[in-house]
Amino acid sequence: MQWETVIGLEVHVQLATRSKIFSGASTAFGADANTQACAVDLGMPGTLPVVNEQAVSMAVQFGLGVNAEIAKTSVFDRKNYFYADLPKGYQTSQMYHPIVGPGLLDVTLDDGAAKRIRIHHAHLEEDAGKSLHESLSDDSGREMTGVDLNRAGTPLLEIVSEPDMRSAKEATAYLRAIHAIVTYLGISDGNMAEGSMRCDVNVSVRPKGQDAFGTRAEIKNVNSFRFVERAVAFEVERQIELIEDGGTVVQETRLYDPDRDETRSMRTKEEANDYRYFPCPDLLPIVLDQAYIDTLRDGLPELPDAKRGRFESQLGLSAYDAGVLASSREMADYFEEVMHVCDDAKQAANWVQGELSAALKREHLEISASPVSARQLGELIGRVKDDTISGKAAKQVFQALWDGQGESADEIIEAKGLKQVTDSGAIEAMIDDVIAQSPKQVTQYVEAEPDKRGKMIGYFVGQVMKASRGTANPQQVNQLLKEKLDAQL
Amino acid sequence: MSDHTVTSLAAALKNGDASSRELTSDYLKRIERAEPTLNSFISVTAEQALAGADAADKARAEGRGGYLTGVPLALKDNFCTQGVKTTCGSKMLDNFIAPYSATLVEKLDAAGSISLGKTNMDEFAMGSSSESSFYGAIKNPWDLSAVPGGSSGGSAAAVAAGLVPAAMGTDTGGSIRQPAAFCGITGLKPTYGRVSRYGIIAYASSLDQAGPMARTAEDCAHLMTAIAGHDARDSTSADRAVPDYAGELDAPLAGLKIGLPQEYFGDGLDPEVESAVRDAVKVFEALGATVRDVSLPHTRYATSAYYVIAPAEASSNLSRFDGVRFGHRCDTPDDLLDLYQRSRAEGFGDEVKRRILIGTHTLSEGFFDAYYTKAQRVRRLIRQDFLDAYNEVDVLMGPTSPTPAFNLGAQKDPLSMYLQDIYTIAVNLAGIPAISVPAGLSNGRPVGLQILGSHFAEAQLLNVAHRFQQATDWHQQRPAFAKEIV
Repeated sequence: MQWETVIGLEVHVQLATRSKIFSGASTAFGADANTQACAVDLGMPGTLPVVNEQAVSMAVQFGLGVNAEIAKTSVFDRKNYFYADLPKGYQTSQMYHPIVGPGLLDVTLDDGAAKRIRIHHAHLEEDAGKSLHESLSDDSGREMTGVDLNRAGTPLLEIVSEPDMRSAKEATAYLRAIHAIVTYLGISDGNMAEGSMRCDVNVSVRPKGQDAFGTRAEIKNVNSFRFVERAVAFEVERQIELIEDGGTVVQETRLYDPDRDETRSMRTKEEANDYRYFPCPDLLPIVLDQAYIDTLRDGLPELPDAKRGRFESQLGLSAYDAGVLASSREMADYFEEVMHVCDDAKQAANWVQGELSAALKREHLEISASPVSARQLGELIGRVKDDTISGKAAKQVFQALWDGQGESADEIIEAKGLKQVTDSGAIEAMIDDVIAQSPKQVTQYVEAEPDKRGKMIGYFVGQVMKASRGTANPQQVNQLLKEKLDAQL
Repeated sequence: MSDHTVTSLAAALKNGDASSRELTSDYLKRIERAEPTLNSFISVTAEQALAGADAADKARAEGRGGYLTGVPLALKDNFCTQGVKTTCGSKMLDNFIAPYSATLVEKLDAAGSISLGKTNMDEFAMGSSSESSFYGAIKNPWDLSAVPGGSSGGSAAAVAAGLVPAAMGTDTGGSIRQPAAFCGITGLKPTYGRVSRYGIIAYASSLDQAGPMARTAEDCAHLMTAIAGHDARDSTSADRAVPDYAGELDAPLAGLKIGLPQEYFGDGLDPEVESAVRDAVKVFEALGATVRDVSLPHTRYATSAYYVIAPAEASSNLSRFDGVRFGHRCDTPDDLLDLYQRSRAEGFGDEVKRRILIGTHTLSEGFFDAYYTKAQRVRRLIRQDFLDAYNEVDVLMGPTSPTPAFNLGAQKDPLSMYLQDIYTIAVNLAGIPAISVPAGLSNGRPVGLQILGSHFAEAQLLNVAHRFQQATDWHQQRPAFAKEIV
């Protein structure tokens, strides 16, 4: 039987506010445990939440970025359950009236095809703290669980998609598109390793052609693009095998274990909590007027789609290049700076996608951590364009910049003596030497069929470039060699 | 001492006739003598109070004193008070030293008043008799076999016995007004949002409101000036100007339109309470007010709606008491679930557990719409009843409680206890202000007249109550117990 995969994603995006969603405590990552939790975050008796306006504005910006309806009135609800890292015994979220209504996101797949994914809604909520189970014990050596509430109250935007994705690739493309939008908007740092973006994946399978959805499993807390792909792949295979062996999929929550590359059952629907949602009486509804929404809309930066279009139409880049370069804000910003410095979109695109991307990939670095800055790369390209150095020497300069051997391309060119020799007198002298030292090759050249001579000239070019330590202008070398060799015919 | 009011003490301090140190010491002595009998305080903070009194005297001497500088009072034990044990009347918080102060406490500190301690109360403010406190029941100074009402029973009893001239209470379904009525004092429940809830240990967030309990409406006006106002830390606090409550006390009542809700004079109302209330209404007529009957047709649903909404909110509000970060924790828990179950089973009393169970049930999947959603609809209707009534009249009047104070241990059935609040609960559901003033005695136990106003009409309520107290002397009556403490 042919099976179809159906995937829906719930993406939790940590908003880049300075303080928490309901308190004034800092949201900075990596502080000592429980040093960034104030009385409100600790759920101290009598404390009350006050909503962070920055979080509201960021949620609205996201909604505008995906052409969603913005709710003029949205309401916080309490989701009640007990857990050690949930200080109040409830999470403040938006169950019934979320701030962002239905929206749309067009994503580009690896093969260049476009796919439209509908967004069901997005809502604001607070994060919980963290339970630390490792390496804690009491005086008598009993194992203990520690609780770090630094993260408690960090603002999250939960973006819930419709079940519109049909493959792991589509799911990761969607996740990348969400990542691009939130980082373009600057409403999240999008750092998945630090948990700034986490995702729950709903997966089901159904016979191809069937309308009704199969029973879904929800895979919790998948925190990288790769894991999403792996988790879906595993889960799809598990469900198909189960059904084909005569079993049925049960609705349950599963956990993806990246070490074993498998999903495991956490709890079934029957074991699920009754969260007893009800409107939080400590918070008033968020009421937004049209003027507020319009102001935010006017202030939106250029988003990935628009940028991709501009790269194609105005800069003349290919659809593929435009897509790659616009795929993240860091990439796009980097590319645009390179381009402005060297004033050549195509060369900038080639370098960013070629030499730079290869080096980043080799060392597993994000572009934001590139040792070569956009300005350095732009200046380097400029030196190729103005014939100061050859393309080959440029790669040497790039490597030297990467290794931190100099502050600028010019400094390295100077230090390594890579400046291209364009003085034809000097080049002619080198050519004369090479010809004088290669009588055998000259004879072969002279005796060869005319149409073979073009290839044979390569040997002489190589020798001249070697003699110049790569600094001779190759076009000049080529032309002068041809003249001098042909003179011997 | 027992005859002093906030107003008379403020005058004495201002004129230099008394020092805060003297007053504070005298009241502390009275507390020491009365407490073994009354049990109206959970904590007495004598040392801090005397230090505060000295600072107040110094401030007065340097000309920096405000109206309340140096005036002693007490705080119900659900106001978080930095560095002071704040128990909410519960074993759960018997070990809880608040790390911060409620906004109301900060405001009173800024106004210069001196807190003598934290008053006893029904556990987590759930009750109408102050018998559910982990620290034991409180006695009514008018009759030691009677309850003082609740949940702010400690504040009411302490003021009635002259242990403090005034105290702060909170009112979720009548918890300021009913004990004020039972103890023969004046108690104001302000409009929801008028006084910040920040730092008040929540019972039912959409209903809780703090207010003053004192001898007179005039005292309440001065205290309201100190505690009312917008607080950026409480999203539900009202961002509107605070009027000059004391300045409007003497406005004449000629032309005042009083409504008597028929529903507040029905079955179950003690005849002596009714006659006291009707006599009080006659006083207003004599002062130039007009009186007419009105109807609040949804009144009979108020108690039911309240006992859905308040426990629902409470069940969630009290989830934070889990033995993890503060409060009672059971010994050697086996695991997290055991920690929760035993800490909460040991830390909470029966009435609190009962309301957590009710609230958890009404919020449960499958029951939410039938209970919570419906109760919220009833709540809107009750609010509309009041809005409609205030189109016709300026204030409403009726009894605060259907009976005078009942005997300790008399209300064994939770339901009959809940029905004690039938005249006070609708006010909280509607968010309007109401004041209870002494209006008579029935077999030696005080009777309270409740005056209900429209939203943010505290100044009017205080004016109406003050004019009544100018014309009557019920508020000047003192229980024998107060006179016996020397």
